[in-house]
Amino acid sequence: MSRLDSAFSALSDPTRRAILARLALGEATVLELAEPFEMTQPAVSRHLKVLENAGLITRRVEGSKRPCRLASGGIDAIDQWLGMLRSALEKNYERLDQVLADMTQKSKRKTR
Amino acid sequence: MSKMTLKTEGDKYVVVTRRFAAPPEAVYRAHTDPELIQKWMLGPDGWTMPVCVCDARPGGKMRYEWSDGKGGGFHLTGECLEVEPYRRLVHVERMHLPDPTPDNHIETTFEPDGGGTLMTMRMTLPNAETRAAMLATGMEHGMEASYVRLEELI
Repeated sequence: MSRLDSAFSALSDPTRRAILARLALGEATVLELAEPFEMTQPAVSRHLKVLENAGLITRRVEGSKRPCRLASGGIDAIDQWLGMLRSALEKNYERLDQVLADMTQKSKRKTR
Repeated sequence: MSKMTLKTEGDKYVVVTRRFAAPPEAVYRAHTDPELIQKWMLGPDGWTMPVCVCDARPGGKMRYEWSDGKGGGFHLTGECLEVEPYRRLVHVERMHLPDPTPDNHIETTFEPDGGGTLMTMRMTLPNAETRAAMLATGMEHGMEASYVRLEELI
């Protein structure tokens, strides 16, 4: 999977987009991210791993903490927006597949 | 394998392609018949489109209203510009968030592809301000969706 594909895939999740929006305000630790998102630390860590693998965030070691920040040049606002558009359209078109299947069923019954 | 592609064309356009297992006539109808549009053009889970007007004639009006079922929502207005039934649609639309976003020019083509359809949609890439407004809306919805999922897990 290319870097851009994994970035898009990482951005397809609303929680990860929200985490990125929070990190746009500045560096944060897992604990700091878990609190406003009402999520457990392991759940947040899993999302961070995906974002890190996609090159969207970087983490540094500070004692026992590993604060995260947005990767510089990792992704720009256009890519974020495209990621949102992609996930909305993919959802829509999956529903449309079903609508089209139902339409075909109906017209078959009519011609029978 | 994803059936959809989404690419930018220069810094002005976004081009989306998607294949469907139905003929162009059906895919076109699903894009122009309000009753059909209301079944699929819904975005995130939990949203509905209580109002859908689509008069697919040159100069015909469009109005799509979305609701999150909790009192939240937004709407879109537009006009059809060029209409070639079952082949091509050109329309202009804007979202009201609630301030109207700049006009988005969209051309959609429906081509036969084997027994199915290749749909290509070319739209204007919104400016930075519009993207930020749309992203903010999406994130709000997104957070709600993730809370719901979290509740399901607990």
